[in-house]
Amino acid sequence: MNFDFSDEQKQLKDEARRFLADKASKSALRKILDGQSGLDGKAGASYDKTLWKGVAEMGWLGAAIPEAHGGLGLGRLELCVLAEEIGRSLAAVPFSSTVYFFAEALLLAGSDAQKAAWLPKIAQGDAIGCFAISEGPGAVSASAIRCSYENGALNGVKTPVTDGDVADAAIVLAKEGSGLSLFLAPLEGVARESLKTLEPTRGHAALTFKNTKAERIGEAGRGWELAEAVLDRAATLLAFEQVGGAQACLEMAVDYAKNRYAFSRPIGSFQGIKHKLADMYVNIEVARSNAYYAAWALSTEAPELKLAAAAARVAACEAYHFAAKENVQTHGGIGFTWEVDCHLFYRRAKLLAVQAGAPAVWKEKLVRQLEAKNAA
Amino acid sequence: MDFNDTPEEAKFRSEARAFLDANLKPKLRGREPGGGGDELARSKAYQKKKADAGFSGITWPKEHGGRGLPAIFQVIFGQEEGKYEPLGGPFIIGLGMCVPTIISMGTDAQRERFVAKALNGEEIWCQLFSEPSAGSDVAAARTRAVKDGEDWIVNGQKVWTSGAHISDWGLLLVRTDPELPKHKGLTMFIVNMKDPGVEVRPIHQMSGGSNFNEVYFTDVRIADAMRVGGVGEGWKVALVTLMNERLAVGGSPGPDYAEILELARRLSGPSGQGALLQDPAFRQKLADWYVSAEGYKLGRFRTMTALSKGGVPGPESSIGKIINANRLQDITNAAIEAQDHYGIVAQDGPDGVFGDAYLWAPGLRIAGGSDEILKNIIAERVLGLPQDPRADKDVAFKDLPTGR
Repeated sequence: MNFDFSDEQKQLKDEARRFLADKASKSALRKILDGQSGLDGKAGASYDKTLWKGVAEMGWLGAAIPEAHGGLGLGRLELCVLAEEIGRSLAAVPFSSTVYFFAEALLLAGSDAQKAAWLPKIAQGDAIGCFAISEGPGAVSASAIRCSYENGALNGVKTPVTDGDVADAAIVLAKEGSGLSLFLAPLEGVARESLKTLEPTRGHAALTFKNTKAERIGEAGRGWELAEAVLDRAATLLAFEQVGGAQACLEMAVDYAKNRYAFSRPIGSFQGIKHKLADMYVNIEVARSNAYYAAWALSTEAPELKLAAAAARVAACEAYHFAAKENVQTHGGIGFTWEVDCHLFYRRAKLLAVQAGAPAVWKEKLVRQLEAKNAA
Repeated sequence: MDFNDTPEEAKFRSEARAFLDANLKPKLRGREPGGGGDELARSKAYQKKKADAGFSGITWPKEHGGRGLPAIFQVIFGQEEGKYEPLGGPFIIGLGMCVPTIISMGTDAQRERFVAKALNGEEIWCQLFSEPSAGSDVAAARTRAVKDGEDWIVNGQKVWTSGAHISDWGLLLVRTDPELPKHKGLTMFIVNMKDPGVEVRPIHQMSGGSNFNEVYFTDVRIADAMRVGGVGEGWKVALVTLMNERLAVGGSPGPDYAEILELARRLSGPSGQGALLQDPAFRQKLADWYVSAEGYKLGRFRTMTALSKGGVPGPESSIGKIINANRLQDITNAAIEAQDHYGIVAQDGPDGVFGDAYLWAPGLRIAGGSDEILKNIIAERVLGLPQDPRADKDVAFKDLPTGR
């Protein structure tokens, strides 16, 4: 039994933590937040360009991209440990859109030419990617997709697209004939409307495709299936970001509970606080164990990935939501202020809970897998 | 990352399987753990074979009759043994908690007298810690031992004592000095459960079963040679016993997500159209149960990995009982309500396990540390939060306030 990351992977994690503690500080994050929230009077960048450059230099963008395409050729497990640290730091960079969604889609279904055209640029930090499937409120479903592809061009609106405001290219789910296919569309000339969101430290846009040149990724008519496969991969990696974020909330709440006194004693000595924080810990451990299993399935391309990714996502969404809200609660009034970082996690937790599809959608996917597995 | 045993572990596992296959029947799911029906004679015969085959005292030092293997091997054997009828029940407390305490804290004479007979199933042990006024707060024990020459005279009452009615010996926590603060006036003894002053009365549980007992001590005479650890060191000894409990913590004994999934295929759902399994609200809950069950199972794999690398089980293993006991109560409740009017009927056969387990699930949330105590342990020992300010610190035990 070896259900743990290797010493090398743990070393990479430590290195990532040190790098992010230095380069992805909360004050840098707040510059993005304040700019995007219009607090400094002018609209700022939606991501931290200096940090993005640093992340590229560290080689993280190409961690799971094969060396032949300019990456480091490490594995998905390495990407998982990086994801956990990025999640913990709340780094304001389009990492997940570019790496977990865009690059994974190419690795999964891209042609050699498509991979050769985009993967080296991603690994170098010269291209930002995004993943565009949602077209508005309500659960994304195959039958409701309106965006369409005909004669080499896309038409329709995708919203919201995380990092769509700054991406160079998008993976787009659209109708092709009677089915759905996945497309790769460079975003030059595409109309983008930046969206005000609940999580200003990540950029979002509505993309309007109007005769936008695009090429298909993977087989025609397999778009839904491929999008789901990309989501399984992204959900696994996001689960690590979520575990990292939730763990940061727990540590923040524990630290506060030890040092904040009420009734002449640390509030952490009251069972009302203790049990809340113990619940946080239990949720995080459940999420972590499920995430590890999905990481194993992802790294070995095991058929269990569909079920494991769903379980990892459901557990991670719950753990982060609980940790983020109860971290605010543990802090009391001060936790409700703009100055204290609690709301940064509270906002990010919600973004990560819907970015790859909401928990309820994944619970349904999970049960479908269970039904198939336990078919009578 | 991989889920395979090391070659050495794999060899041990296949030996364990071969032994278990030859000596035990497969288990019936959903029965109350340790619940009636275990025939003592069969259990004892099984334990003897287990000891002869080297599967008893797997982690104990060789000089005390054990096999001297790391903790991971005990976990592997437990995983395999858990797939069979639970004949090992009567020995869990003795071999999991009492005798390891004697090995580490007892005298040579005590080890000589007790260890081998426990290993081979000749003698059964119980743990006499909890009292009517000392449940979660075990150190509040009031049962008194008073020195009389070379002996001690014990009077008082213990409660929730699993297996006291079949036990030969008990590990007994008593108060030897009420003038000292609570934790300092305790001493540990070995008591002969067949002594005439020891009276065992079964407790009739809400589930209908009787696994626990009350044990009354009336002028029971115990030789000083039966003391484990120093006078006044009882709490220190008790902590060793309680620490050993962690490795003995079991899995999820009741019906789980797979059982309720099968039930839901057969029942009609609340909309009146189609099976319960097609009901969206049910499906959302089913997903939660699966995630919790997997979280436990996979968490055990992480613990095993740590043990495999030489780690020791820490307080974090408290998580398992919290999530398993709560999920069991939740699933059994849902299964009963899913049967609508008929849910109240006690049934035979596979669907009956939900009703049975509904009645014993509350006990699982209390025994071996209630949810609340386990959360305190996580908060204090894992997260490092401060203890509650204590009303009992530096106060003579006899002067502490008591309620009902």
